[in-house]
Amino acid sequence: MTWGLADVRVSRDKKIILAGVTVPADPSRVTVVVGGDGAGKSTCLRVLVGLLEPDAGTVRRPGKERIGYVPATAGLYVDLTVAENLSFAADAYRLSGSERSRKVSELLEQTGLGRARHRLGGHLSGGMQRKLAVGLALLHSPELLVLDEPTTGVDPVSRADLWRLISRAAVEGAAVVVTTTYVNEATRAASVVLLEAGQVLASGTPDDILRNVPGAVGRQDGAGRPGPLSWRRGNSWRVWAPAGRLPDGVQLVQPDFEDAVVVAALAGETGG
Amino acid sequence: MAMMIVLPVLLLVVFGYAANFKVHDIPVVVVGPGAGQAAALLRGPTFDLTEVDAAAGEAVAQERLRDGQAVAAVVTGGGRLLVLLDGSQLFSAEAAQSALARLAPTAGSAAPQQRILYNPGLTTSWVMVPGLAGLILVFVGTLITSLGVVRERQSGTMEQLAVMPFRAWEVIAGKIAPYLLVAAADLVIIIVIGMGVFHVPFAGNVAVFALGAALFLLVTLGMGVLVSTVSQNQGQAIQLAFMLVLPQVLLSGLIFPISSMGAGVRWISYVLPLTYFIQISRGVMLKATPITALWQPLGLLALLAVVVLGLAIIRFRRDLAPSSRKARAPELTGERAAA
Repeated sequence: MTWGLADVRVSRDKKIILAGVTVPADPSRVTVVVGGDGAGKSTCLRVLVGLLEPDAGTVRRPGKERIGYVPATAGLYVDLTVAENLSFAADAYRLSGSERSRKVSELLEQTGLGRARHRLGGHLSGGMQRKLAVGLALLHSPELLVLDEPTTGVDPVSRADLWRLISRAAVEGAAVVVTTTYVNEATRAASVVLLEAGQVLASGTPDDILRNVPGAVGRQDGAGRPGPLSWRRGNSWRVWAPAGRLPDGVQLVQPDFEDAVVVAALAGETGG
Repeated sequence: MAMMIVLPVLLLVVFGYAANFKVHDIPVVVVGPGAGQAAALLRGPTFDLTEVDAAAGEAVAQERLRDGQAVAAVVTGGGRLLVLLDGSQLFSAEAAQSALARLAPTAGSAAPQQRILYNPGLTTSWVMVPGLAGLILVFVGTLITSLGVVRERQSGTMEQLAVMPFRAWEVIAGKIAPYLLVAAADLVIIIVIGMGVFHVPFAGNVAVFALGAALFLLVTLGMGVLVSTVSQNQGQAIQLAFMLVLPQVLLSGLIFPISSMGAGVRWISYVLPLTYFIQISRGVMLKATPITALWQPLGLLALLAVVVLGLAIIRFRRDLAPSSRKARAPELTGERAAA
């Protein structure tokens, strides 16, 4: 692991926030931390960028000048224009001369914000604000790019644009860590960490996680919930059998990533 | 909720004990050969005899008024009694004026000659403008600063700054500097308008005034930053800032004389920075009080600046540089984080 967290523990007011969480961050790879609200995703990132000191564990990160970070609130100056926001970030990272102009033009083009360069940050749409925030974090070509739910509340087109920016950063060599509540986004990652209540439910490549789904997952049609270890998927139900034996009438299916996440959560609850 | 409960109680206490236009304990000095005799006539609740000196003359009396050690001075030995009043202490001077006028017939002598110094017309605006200048600085320094910093925290830009390659002092200086400039500009505007429109004099040394204003601004900005570090949102910041601003409006001597406040609330006046700025601004502008006579309010403002701004910087740094803020977890054990 080049950068990242290893067995990190954080607590506040006697409440455990992270209990031995490991999040790898390696160059040219995207790590996605998936979890619901309150899972501890933002805390992971805050520890990773140095905004929060853990109680125990190992944190590896480069110097501040080589980190790009976007908090969940985007962290834009809403009363500055797009160009002024970029200019401020360029000043902060001491970019100058031709490199500065080249990076600013490049990012305006990549984010599609060229025409909006004189609009105030606060007057941009949610998707445009997120793209600008990611652009600001990418301006100095960081070695470690850390993005807290960059796609939450963003329309599908903007979300695709954002993932294009994220993937490009990884291709150019950055270690990228992204949090999300959208399970399907985990499939875009080289490495996934499933987080729930401060604990890692599963981690590895998306294929590893799919391959290691314990027990069997089946499908059952009908209105009534088949049992406690079941959940809705469209018009039917998914049923999980921890021991691998599905009840009669339940059709065995190949679990997809969403199933894998739910099974991991159920396994965590039942200790299975 | 705190605002709704605490504010009425605070107002009740303040108006009950502090808001008192009935002035008593007016500090007075009596000088000249008949000082002892004149002092005997002044004993009572209205006056507080701070000095009785038969050897001193009018010059000493004027000096005591200029340096703020007395509001009234009685000079004996020149035929008629001479009463000098400090017009920069409006209510106290008016109360002393009428009390001394009542004393004359009692004493069986001719009415004393009265001379009002520093504000001969007892003009309200002359007294209010130097104080209001301070109040404006409290608003900008405490309320506006705390709101601005909290807004940055809520929008996430403060987190961004903490991760960017800035030193903590650079961020703090960057947050304070704009408000410092705005407040300084406000101060100049208020003083210029006060002088131009209300004909308030500026009799003293501008540098002494600027020194007092700079120290006072550092205290108010420190209070603003401190409020922002303990507020989760702008609503909380407004409440807390208001809690700091309101006592300064009512208890600093801006409106009500401190000497006439109840002992239970008077001590609060002495921990409020506006109390000392008003002493400096009225002293310099109206009385040309020299720096040697203002060392006490200047020193206390400097002390408050060090304490308040120091606390604010420590708390602010802790937010920006969390390496010094290690969460404690009694349930957890393990090796120390190593970067």
